[in-house]
Amino acid sequence: MKNIGLYLHIPFCKSKCPYCDFYSFSGKDTQKDQYTSVLREKILSSISTLQSNSECKVNTLYIGGGTPSVLGAKNLESLVNACNSGFLTDDAEITVECNPHGLDEAFFKVLHDCGVNRISLGLQSAVDNERRILGRLSDRNQVENAVKTAQKVGFKNITLDVMLGVPNQTEKSLKETLDFCVSLGVPHISAYMLKLEENTHFYKNQHKYNFPDDDTTADLYLQMCETLESQGIMQYEVSNFAKSGFQSRHNLKYWHCEEYLGLGPSAHSFLDGKRFYYDRDFNAFMNGNSPIGDGFGGDFTEYAMLNLRLVEGLNEEKVFERFGHSIPNSLYQNSKIFIDNGYITKNKYGLALTRKGFLMSNTILSEIL
Amino acid sequence: MAKKENIRNFSIIAHIDHGKSTLADRLLELTETVSKRDMTEQLLDNMDLERERGITIKAHAVKLDYKAQDGETYELNLIDTPGHVDFNYEVSRSLAACEGAVLIIDASQGVEAQTLANTYLALDHDLELVPVINKIDLPAADPDRVANEVEEVIGLPCDEAPRVSAKTGENIGAVLESIVSLVPPPENNDDKPLRALVFDSVYDSYKGVIVYVRVMDGKIKPGDTMRMMATGAEFTVVEVGYMRPNAMEPQKELTSGEVGYITASIKTVSDARVGDTVTTAENSASEALAGYRKVNPMVFCGVYPADGADYENLREALEKLQLNDAALSFEPETSGALGFGFRCGFLGLLHLEIIQERLEREYNLDLVTTIPSVIYKVHLTNGDVIEIDNPSNYPDPAVIDYCEEPTVEAHIYAPPEYIGAIMNLCQDRRGVYVNTTHLASDRVDLHYILPLNEIIYDFFDVLKSRTRGYASFDYEMSQYQRSSIIKLDVLLNGDIIDALSFMIHSEKAYAKARRIAEKLKDNIPRQMFEIPIQMAIGGKVIARETVKAMRKDVLAKCYGGDITRKKKLLEKQKEGKKRMRHFGTVEVPQEAFMAVLKLDDE
Repeated sequence: MKNIGLYLHIPFCKSKCPYCDFYSFSGKDTQKDQYTSVLREKILSSISTLQSNSECKVNTLYIGGGTPSVLGAKNLESLVNACNSGFLTDDAEITVECNPHGLDEAFFKVLHDCGVNRISLGLQSAVDNERRILGRLSDRNQVENAVKTAQKVGFKNITLDVMLGVPNQTEKSLKETLDFCVSLGVPHISAYMLKLEENTHFYKNQHKYNFPDDDTTADLYLQMCETLESQGIMQYEVSNFAKSGFQSRHNLKYWHCEEYLGLGPSAHSFLDGKRFYYDRDFNAFMNGNSPIGDGFGGDFTEYAMLNLRLVEGLNEEKVFERFGHSIPNSLYQNSKIFIDNGYITKNKYGLALTRKGFLMSNTILSEIL
Repeated sequence: MAKKENIRNFSIIAHIDHGKSTLADRLLELTETVSKRDMTEQLLDNMDLERERGITIKAHAVKLDYKAQDGETYELNLIDTPGHVDFNYEVSRSLAACEGAVLIIDASQGVEAQTLANTYLALDHDLELVPVINKIDLPAADPDRVANEVEEVIGLPCDEAPRVSAKTGENIGAVLESIVSLVPPPENNDDKPLRALVFDSVYDSYKGVIVYVRVMDGKIKPGDTMRMMATGAEFTVVEVGYMRPNAMEPQKELTSGEVGYITASIKTVSDARVGDTVTTAENSASEALAGYRKVNPMVFCGVYPADGADYENLREALEKLQLNDAALSFEPETSGALGFGFRCGFLGLLHLEIIQERLEREYNLDLVTTIPSVIYKVHLTNGDVIEIDNPSNYPDPAVIDYCEEPTVEAHIYAPPEYIGAIMNLCQDRRGVYVNTTHLASDRVDLHYILPLNEIIYDFFDVLKSRTRGYASFDYEMSQYQRSSIIKLDVLLNGDIIDALSFMIHSEKAYAKARRIAEKLKDNIPRQMFEIPIQMAIGGKVIARETVKAMRKDVLAKCYGGDITRKKKLLEKQKEGKKRMRHFGTVEVPQEAFMAVLKLDDE
């Protein structure tokens, strides 16, 4: 009996944010309903196939996008119900990403009643000037209302997305955003340093914006880690922070190199040692296309690369349990210079990156792995 | 074979871009030496590099048959000349092979620097000049004004000068007629012992070296034992003949006044050097033709394969280029920073660039070259004198008594309004002023003694830019002079990077050191750890910069399950590191070496 994660990609957004390169488009209402029913069928057929091969359940469900909330409460409910018909474990973590814009109590109520127990809201910034540059449709009050409404309906596990390296961002404006999160009492925060992805508005127009440079962004990052931890919201991954017991179980599956099934255009899967994904093509998915193979996954290098994103790091015991050998000596040797300079810590449990190390993790991983 | 009086041997000389190669093409076309169908743009410039840069690098020769208006058929031998001071010696040998020169002047630009410099070079060889006013098709063309200018400045009558457009082909026939009427035929010296001037030689994998000659005296035919008068080497002549653009045309013999080729199973071009005299062992000439000199490399630099695995390929490529280029020298050397490579010697910086480009292009090699150096004579305290062309071999300053550096006698020709700019430049370059000669109302000759190491680098380019292209420059090697030369080292993270060390005059060391340190700082990407850049003389640090440690290099977002993409990114990063040069923990991209090398003085 194994437990996997299930990711559902909802490729619709009201409008495209200037930094985002995830697969999404605005979509008509009829498309949204059709997509829901196609995806529903896909969930049922995929999981039956899985279950016919081996006993398996879904213990984390993540509905992401795009903006899942634009599907409307009814459609979301129907997707969750599809999973609920015999696939989900009783303790499953069920997350839905929402755009705070225009969400009312009825919406949250429907989600809560059908079993959704985690809400992810895209805040990005609590400073309205920054929000505008980021293309967010709502202002900070609307986010505040959305959080409070969700809390009122009964959601305890709420996470906010925060962005670092936003144009014009300063230490002061970041503090304002973090204070806002803390004041709302949310137990989880994801804070991503902005990366200019090709094919985004920001990438094409980068000279028009005043992006903080890498050194400033690094400082903002350290400031954020300290501020959040002083409030008991502890870092557990490069960009993720949670109060005790509120870590994202679904995302931890990725970082622990565990199995998951992804459905919807652009969704990725890792099952039985194989990685595969659906093309970034809505119509192809609607017409029942098959996923594209993406090779084998789960070897030690990949496992180490992912686990070293976590504060807990690479653990000797877990490595032994999974691979039947301990962490290779070469990895310790390669790490020495980074240990000596405060980028990596080593203890009897294994190796972990420090905060300074997280900031330089690409270079470090390419050196030690 | 034509009668001697129907032979015309000539070169074409011009300022750069006045249309030398285009006119040569038209002459070939008009004399139907090449059919229009086979005509590639600028046929005589064989190398891609020559066509691209628009400079003729090697001398070329071709024979044209021309039926003139007087009904006679003339044999015209066109010897094209290289167009850069690095190859001045080759130019002078090519001119020495001729009786006349076609002087092209641009109908809109008029007399320019090289027009004049080349004119003097031609007059030095007693050549009859045939002025031609080109580019009359241009809207700005003013042939009357230009004709006047030529008469005034050069003192060359121009009323009869053909006015042509090499581009459109207009009036090209007149050029041929002028050559026939103005250039004198060669003397008949068939009875004298053989003396043939080598003005070029190229290596051919089937025939061995093909020696291009102008026979001054006597005759040569297959079976003769030819002797190179400078080197003493002897060979049995296999074939003689004329050069046609696309073929060689074997003949029974070559006689005085003719231009042609000789093959004799000669294995390397260094056995048939430009300027040498060919005679026969059977009936030797007593005296060689004047003007031969062995061309020695004057500029040296290390050439390394970017990928160490290419070392053998680089050696083979250099060997092949050397077959065709007697002035190129190379020997293996090892650098702590760059690994295995070669110390190469060149005539000058253009020669260096050309070789480098040919290695990269024709042999597909990725190269790193070090800062060029000249040969210094270092006098040690124990009385020994050693010659140093590689800063790595520079002895400990404690055992050095003094140092000498090579100088050149330089002549810079330019309009008088640029005297100030030129003098400033020469002063910057530690030049010693000798005198100024007014050649014409708008032309002066500034005579300077300059240290060679000040001109090998970018002198010509800077001179051109400061005089808007009007100055031309010519130099000859002169004596060594005592000089305060020191070695400047570059240290990264405390380690000397041998490949970046170079020799410099002590007065210039500080300024240069600061600029190099800055340049390195800008070109070495930030890395995990802070990198101190130090410039030092002996053990003394005279400039310092720091490349700050990089602080952010992270994929903030790693969810959504697309792990393959992250993995590929990691692999790409590893790949990228392989292309860097590693010095301890410091990684230096090749561009940083290039940036230091290309450091100009503007």
